[in-house]
Amino acid sequence: MFSYLDKAVIRKLQEDLPLVPKPYEVIACELGITEEELLDKIKELKDKGVIRRFGASLNHRNVGIKGNGMVVWIVPEKELKRVSKIMVSFSEVTHCYERPTYPNWPYNVFTMIHGEDRKTCEKIVERISKVSGIKTYSILYSTEELKKSSMKYFVEEHI
Amino acid sequence: MDKICVDLLNLIQNEFPLESRPYLKISEKLGVSEIKVIELLKDLKRDGYIRRLGGIVNSKKIGYYSTLCAVKVPKEKIKEVSKIINSYDGVTHNYIREHSFNMWFTLTASSRESVKRILEEIKSNTGIEEIMELPSINLFKINVSFNLKEKSYV
Repeated sequence: MFSYLDKAVIRKLQEDLPLVPKPYEVIACELGITEEELLDKIKELKDKGVIRRFGASLNHRNVGIKGNGMVVWIVPEKELKRVSKIMVSFSEVTHCYERPTYPNWPYNVFTMIHGEDRKTCEKIVERISKVSGIKTYSILYSTEELKKSSMKYFVEEHI
Repeated sequence: MDKICVDLLNLIQNEFPLESRPYLKISEKLGVSEIKVIELLKDLKRDGYIRRLGGIVNSKKIGYYSTLCAVKVPKEKIKEVSKIINSYDGVTHNYIREHSFNMWFTLTASSRESVKRILEEIKSNTGIEEIMELPSINLFKINVSFNLKEKSYV
C-alpha cells in the first residue's frame, strides 16, 4: 500500500524539520529526490489523511496550559451522535473518543480538556454537561507526566 | 515571552507552509526577517515550548494499532512499573491520574498482535495482573493545537 518512498518520507517527517531557510531541500537531498517531489508527496500524504497535521507540537505545560483533564462520560448509545457533536464543538476539547466499557469501567466517552488551570477546565466541563444533558462524568486530572514522546513509524524495516 | 513569539506559535501549529521557504512565508506574516523567525524557533525549541516541528502521522491510516491502557499501580511501585512500561518505543504517553486506575498510557504497534504481545510482556515483567484496554471505537475529534494568548505567559 505504501511505496518505499512513502515510507521514507514519513520517516523524515516524524523527525524535526531543519531550521534552515530551505528545510525541504535538505530532506529531499537526503532522500535523493527533488524539493518539488518532496513537497508534492507531503501534500499527497496530507490530503490522504496519512499526515494528520503538519506543524509545531507544543509542550502545553510550558505555554500556560496547566489544566489537563481527562473527562470520562457515561453517554447512552442512542445519544452518542448528538452528544459527541456538542462536545467536539468546544475548542478546549482537544480529543473526543468512544471507547469500550467493562464491569468496573462504565464510562464510554473520553474527552481531553486543556485549559489554563483546573478551575477553567471545571467550568468547561460544567458547560458541556449542561448543554449536552449528560450528568454522569468524572474528571481525571494528571498529576505527573511520566512519558510524552512521538511515535516513530516504519522504523523497524529501516534498520 | 513576547507577542511575536505568541503570534509565531499560533501561526505554526496548523497550516505550516509547504513551500520552498516556509520560514520566509511566516516572517512575511509577522513582519520580521526570515533569519529572525529561524532564531526565534531555535529559542522556542531550546526553552521547551516547542516539542517538535514536523508531521503527525495517523497511525490507523498506515495500518498500525493503538490503544489506551489503564492500570492500578500501588504508589510505592509507580517508579519501577513506569520504568518497564516506558521502555517500549510504542508507549508514547504515560500519565498518573487521580483515580484508582492511576496509571494511563498509550501503546501503538504495527499490529494488534504486537500490542497484545507487549501487554503480556508488561504484565509478566511488572507483576501487574490486569491491564484495562481501551482502544477507540469512534474518533469524534483530535486537534491538539492551542490558541495562545499573551497573558498566558505572564
